Amino acid sequence: MMPTNETLVAFRFGYGLPLPKGAPVTPETMLAALAAPDPGPALWPGLTTEAAVEQMQFFDASRRRGKESKEAFDASSKEIARRVQELRDRSVKVAVARALDSSDGFRERLVAFWADHFTVVSTNQRTPAMPSAMVEDAIRPHLSGAFADMLVAVTLHPAMLVYLNQDRSIGPDSPIGQRNGRGLNENLAREVMELHTLGVGGGYTQDDVRQMAELLTGLTVTTEDGFAFREAWVEPGAETVLGVTYDGKGTEPIIQALRALAARPETAEHISRKLAVHFVSDDPDPDLVAAMSSAWRSSGGDLMAVYGAFLTHPAAWAPTAAKVRQPAEFLVAALRGLGVTGADVMAMDQKTLARTVVRPMQAMGQPWQQAPGPNGWPEQPEKWINPAHLATRIAWSMALPQRLADPLPDPRAMAVEVLGDRAGEAITLAVSRAESVREGVGLVLASPEFNRR
Amino acid sequence: MMNRRFFLRGAAVLGCSVAAHPMLTTLTLAAGEKTLGENRLVVIILRGAMDGLGTVIPVDDPLYAQYRPGLSDLGEAPGALTGGFALNPALSGLMPLWQAGQLGFVHATSTPYRDKRSHFDGQDILEAGTGTDVAVSAVRDGWLNRMLQAVPGLSAETAYAVGRDALPLLEGPAPARNWAPDLRLRITPATERLLEVVYHDDPLFRDASEEAMTLSDELDDDLMAAAPLGAKRLSNNEKLADFAAERLRGESRIAAFSQTGWDTHANQAVGLAGALKGLQQTILRLREGLGEEIWGKTTLITMTEFGRTVRENGTKGTDHGTGGLSILAGGAIRGGQIYGPWPGLNESALYAGRDLMPTTDIRSWAAWAMAGMYGFDRTLLETSIFPGLDMGSDPRLLL
Repeated sequence: MMPTNETLVAFRFGYGLPLPKGAPVTPETMLAALAAPDPGPALWPGLTTEAAVEQMQFFDASRRRGKESKEAFDASSKEIARRVQELRDRSVKVAVARALDSSDGFRERLVAFWADHFTVVSTNQRTPAMPSAMVEDAIRPHLSGAFADMLVAVTLHPAMLVYLNQDRSIGPDSPIGQRNGRGLNENLAREVMELHTLGVGGGYTQDDVRQMAELLTGLTVTTEDGFAFREAWVEPGAETVLGVTYDGKGTEPIIQALRALAARPETAEHISRKLAVHFVSDDPDPDLVAAMSSAWRSSGGDLMAVYGAFLTHPAAWAPTAAKVRQPAEFLVAALRGLGVTGADVMAMDQKTLARTVVRPMQAMGQPWQQAPGPNGWPEQPEKWINPAHLATRIAWSMALPQRLADPLPDPRAMAVEVLGDRAGEAITLAVSRAESVREGVGLVLASPEFNRR
Repeated sequence: MMNRRFFLRGAAVLGCSVAAHPMLTTLTLAAGEKTLGENRLVVIILRGAMDGLGTVIPVDDPLYAQYRPGLSDLGEAPGALTGGFALNPALSGLMPLWQAGQLGFVHATSTPYRDKRSHFDGQDILEAGTGTDVAVSAVRDGWLNRMLQAVPGLSAETAYAVGRDALPLLEGPAPARNWAPDLRLRITPATERLLEVVYHDDPLFRDASEEAMTLSDELDDDLMAAAPLGAKRLSNNEKLADFAAERLRGESRIAAFSQTGWDTHANQAVGLAGALKGLQQTILRLREGLGEEIWGKTTLITMTEFGRTVRENGTKGTDHGTGGLSILAGGAIRGGQIYGPWPGLNESALYAGRDLMPTTDIRSWAAWAMAGMYGFDRTLLETSIFPGLDMGSDPRLLL
C-alpha cells in the first residue's frame, strides 16, 4: 500500500488541516476509531427525534391557540418562528461543531455521506428538526453496523415518511381507503429502490414500485407519537416485490422487504460505487468498487467490512485531488484553518451564524438540509466550481476571515498549516505578494489546493 | 474548417452517442454562413414534472372530472382556450398573450423516457436531448450547448444559464455564461492578478474565475448606469427575468433557467397554482423587460421531464406519469393554438393504463423552433443536436 500521510487523510477523509489531536491517520487506526462508540453526541448533543416530535406538538398546539383571536394568532406565529429559528440554527451549529472538534473526522464525513444518501428536506415550521433527528437517531447509531439496520431505521423514521409522502399513503382496498376513497402514493416506494438501495439500473419494474407502495401502507406519522403504524390503512393481501412475496401483520413484512433489498447485489454495487465516488473520484477505480461490493456481499452488508475494503485498497490512497470540497466541507475546513472551534460556533448569535455559515452555504449552492431532491447533492466538481459559486467562495475567503480571527494568521504560515504538503510554488509566491494580510489569507482559502481534495 | 472543428469537438464530447449515431458528416453549415441573428430563445426547465393536464385542462371531457374528483376546485373558472381545453386560472394573467397569438401549448408530449419515471433520469435525458439508446452518463453536454457548438464565432455572452442552479442543458464545450442576478465580486486589480496566478494551472478554477471577474466587472458598470432608487423589492422570479431580459437586450441571444416546485404528490390544487403563478410572473416580467420589439423576436419554451398520472392519487395529488405539456410564448411564435395530436383520456388510450399517452417527442418542438429561428439544417438537428430524433412534419410553430 502507498504510504499514508496526514494531508491526504485530512483532505480526502476528514474536514481539513490541522488534524485534531489524536486523529487517526492510518487505515487501521481509522477503522478502530469507527468501531469504537460514536463520540459525537457527547461532544455536542444533537437534535433527537423526541425533540423533533415535541416541535410538531408545539406547532399544532400553538396553531390551535392562535385560532382564538388575531392577537393570539400573531403571538403564536411569533413564538413558532422563534423556535423554528432556534432549531434550524442548532442543527447547523451541532453539525459544524462536531466536524470541527471530533478527532474522528472520517466518521463525521461518513455521517454527511449517509445523510445525503438518505436525503430528507423539511420546508415547513412543523418539522424543522426532523432531518437532523433522522441523522441522529437512524443514521449515526448504524454508521458502523449493518446497512440493513440503517435502511430500516431511516425508512421508518418520521422524517422520511413525511418527506416522501408515505405518511399519507393509504391502501385503496383498506378499510380507510374504502371508506373515504383515499389511496396510494408511490413516492417512498420508488425512491427506496431507485436511490436508497438498488439504483435506477437495478432491475426493478413499475410493478415492483407499485407492490412496494402497497406493502408500505400503514406507515405514518402522528403528532402524538411521531412514527405510527395504522393497520386500518394497510392494503389487504400479500405483495410481491422482485419476485418475493410478503405477507403478515404490522411492520414485519415491510422490514423483511427492506432487508431483502439491502441484501441484493445491485445494492452492494450501487452504494459501494457511491462511496468511492464521494471520497475519491467521479470515475473510481473499478477494482476499488469491486473490492468494496465483494466485501459487502460476503459480509451481508456489514458497513465496517465495506469501509475496511475501502480504506485498505491502494486506489483509495491515490495522491490525486480529483474532487472538490462541497460548500459545507469548504466552510468547516476554512473555519478550522482560522482556528475557530466548535465552542466558538456554538456560541455564535443568529446573525453571526447566518453571515458566517448559513447564507454563504446557500450562496455557494448548498443550502443546509435543502437539497434540490431526494437524490441529494451532485458530486461532480464542475457542479460546485462554476463562475457564480466560485465567486462566492472567493468573496467569503476575502471578507469573512477578518471577522473570525483576530489577529488574522500570517498567510505564509497559514498556507503551510492548512495546505500541508500540497502548498505549491504558485500559491506560496502569490501569498507572499499579497497586498495585505487579509488578501493573503483570502488567496489561501480560495486556492485550488484548498478547495480540491 | 467549421465541419472539422465541430466534428472534433463533438467526437471528443459525445462519446457513446457518436458511436450510436455516426453523425456530423452531413453538417451543412459553412464557416461564416451561420449566425444567430436577432432572434432570442428562452428555455425554462420546470423541474419536478409539471402536471400538463391540470394546466391546460380538457374541460369538455367528462372523464377528466371522473379521474380527478378531488382536484376540480381551482378557486375560479379556467380560461377558455380552444378544442375543449381551458387554462388553469393561476395562469389567467397570460390570457391576453393567448388572445394576441403569443402563447401556445404542446399537449401530450414527452422525451423518449418511459417506465422508470424518475425525476433525475427524466431531467438528465431531457437536458441531454438524447434518446434512450444513449446512456446519459456517457453524454457530457446538453442539447442547447450542442446547438451553440454548431455556430462558429460565438462569444460566451451569446448564451446565459441564469441563476444558481446547475443547468446541464447548456453545459458543454461551447462557451456559455452562468451567473446569478444578485452576485458581485469586489476585489482589487492586484488581487485579481494574484488569483490568476493561483488558478493558472487548474482549468476548472481558471475558467470559472475568469468568467466571474469579467461578469462582475460588466455588471458593476451596468449597475452604475441604472441604479433604481427606492425601487420595490423584487421577487426572485422578477430578478431572474430582469437579469435575463437585460442580457437579451444586449448581445445575448439565448437564456436558460429552471424553476422548481412542480412535484405535486399531495394537495396539488394549491401546489400547482403556486408554481404556475411563479411561472406566469416570470413570463410577464420577461416580456416587459424585453420590450415590444425584442419580445417580437423571442421564442420562449418550457419543458418538464415528464407528466403526471391521469388519476389523482390518494392524497389529492398526482404521481409521476408520462405525457406532459410544453408552454410556448413570445412574439415570434404562431400562438393561439394547442399543438400535438390529442390522445384522449379513454382508459384504452392511456399509457400503461395510467398516464397521458405521449403523441410527440418534446425534442421535436425545440428542434422546429431552432430550425425556424436560426435556419438549422434538419439533419444536423436530428443527428447532432438531438441524436436519433425524428422531427416529423413541420408544425410551423413560428410566424
